[in-house]
Amino acid sequence: MKFKAMTAIAALLLAPAAFAGGADDDVLVINGEIEMTTKADAPAHLDGALDQVISGWHFRADETQQLETDDFENQGMIFVDQAIDQWNTAAGSEGKSCADCHGAPEDNMAMVTATYPKYDSDAGELQTVQMQMNECRTERMGADPWKYDSGAAVNMEALIASVGRGTPVQVAIDGDAAPYYEQGKEMYYTRYGQLELSCANCHEENFGNYIRADHLSQGQINGFPTYRLKNAKLNGVQSRFKGCIRDTRAETFSPGSDEFVALELYVKSRGNGLSVEGPSVRN
Amino acid sequence: MRLTAIAAAVTLVAGVAHAESHSGAVAPEDVQYGETGAVATSLSGMPGDAANGQVVFSTKSMGNCVSCHAVAQLTDVPFQGEVGPELTWSGESRSEEELRGIVANAKMSFDGTVMPAFYKTNGYIRPGNGYTGKAAEGDLPPILTAQQVEDVVAFLLTLKEQ
Ligand code: HEC
Ligand code: HEC
Ligand code: HEC
Repeated sequence: MKFKAMTAIAALLLAPAAFAGGADDDVLVINGEIEMTTKADAPAHLDGALDQVISGWHFRADETQQLETDDFENQGMIFVDQAIDQWNTAAGSEGKSCADCHGAPEDNMAMVTATYPKYDSDAGELQTVQMQMNECRTERMGADPWKYDSGAAVNMEALIASVGRGTPVQVAIDGDAAPYYEQGKEMYYTRYGQLELSCANCHEENFGNYIRADHLSQGQINGFPTYRLKNAKLNGVQSRFKGCIRDTRAETFSPGSDEFVALELYVKSRGNGLSVEGPSVRN
Repeated sequence: MRLTAIAAAVTLVAGVAHAESHSGAVAPEDVQYGETGAVATSLSGMPGDAANGQVVFSTKSMGNCVSCHAVAQLTDVPFQGEVGPELTWSGESRSEEELRGIVANAKMSFDGTVMPAFYKTNGYIRPGNGYTGKAAEGDLPPILTAQQVEDVVAFLLTLKEQ
């Protein structure tokens, strides 16, 4: 044990001073009116893991943060506009549009992103927003399902998120959702791949630290879909998971897989209390 | 130094670890770790080359150590990480044996550490084929060869207060 104690001291002495580190103290208000909760006391189920939950927005550079404060600067809103057209356009053998049944998104979809993934007792499964939309397309519209995390699906998911901005994330993790929560939690702490790294190794133990050029956040998903400057489009939650697991030199999972649906619920629940922020802007 | 540079370039092109062929190399499963995780003798049976070790340290497809560790001496390497401690003084604070053990499999020195094991071939969950996201085909070679481990150790031993 001597060796390990020495290490701790050495680590303290050697602690790098060059980086600012941590989350910043900026405040996010969108369009001068929607006040966002980007830091919140951690929900009870994170006892012992985190004291505070923090939106990924706090870990981005000022210029990137700025882009999210105004819908005219947020390039993600261009894709939301495309989704509005889609919302109003009939598709499939029934000749129906989303609007025919749901009216205006802002009237009927404001609580969706905050509460999904959600257990659907008719379907007998936990559903993400994309799964629910595909249920409407295949069972109610006579249309083909959208491929998981395809452009059309992510854009519509962003439209639905955008009308819920400011609402606190509040997914249920008890009852029928509990087994999915447990499966997702198990995955979150599994050290995948040849690098043997879990989500927690990076996003719980090291948020605020730099890993090469990347400023590690808590890996929250309250801001999804995210518009990334890197690829200039909206990115789905599960595609992000796929990339993070791939980067541990692991065999990753596919968007839409049972594993990622469970992981989405778990990660979303780690952000209970943070405002829905999608489409957010990230690098 | 000419030869080293060429060797480094060759390794760079290859991009992946190659099995050691000469007789002196210790296989990953045969490495003897002391009580505190140190490894007494060279894994390759050869001395390390510090210049090549610096390349291994800073190259993503090799050690990629710089993604987690800062080293003040590497003035031309941008964006040094801070997940692990700064290693600017490793050559003074650690012995060669300790450093070899830490690089080969840091889990033997620090319980449950975030630092990956670089000279290990099994015990992985869903091992992948490099950074492709696809399943590994067959047994994976260790991330670093025995000689690359020795080279990185030699590099770390050069890190001292200037
Ligand atoms: C024929 C009518 C109909 C059409 C067309 C339709 N939906 Fe639905 N949608 C429903 C019904 C009914 C429900 C409630 C189903 C349930 O609770 O399982 C629903 C539920 C939803 C929900 C979940 C709402 C909530 O509060 O949980 C979303 C999101 C949704 N639809 C999106 C869409 C989108 C996007 C489209 C167009 C691509 C669409 N729907 C087209 C009838 C429709
Ligand atoms: C090797 C470290 C590492 C591991 C392991 C890792 N990630 Fe990430 N992740 C990153 C980096 C770097 C980023 C980009 C910067 C940031 O937001 O943290 C990122 C970003 C994210 C984001 C986007 C956050 C935002 O606000 O846009 C999510 C979500 C995420 N990761 C989830 C996960 C999940 C879930 C796992 C486990 C399956 C995981 N990550 C494993 C390094 C990692
Ligand atoms: C994913 C991040 C990560 C990577 C990649 C990584 N390390 Fe580490 N390293 C750590 C952490 C974290 C520690 C602190 C050990 C602990 O207490 O868990 C550490 C500790 C060390 C130490 C001991 C420092 C001391 O004196 O206490 C050395 C030496 C070291 N690493 C060298 C390397 C080398 C060489 C490489 C590349 C071959 C490397 N590391 C790659 C995270 C990393």
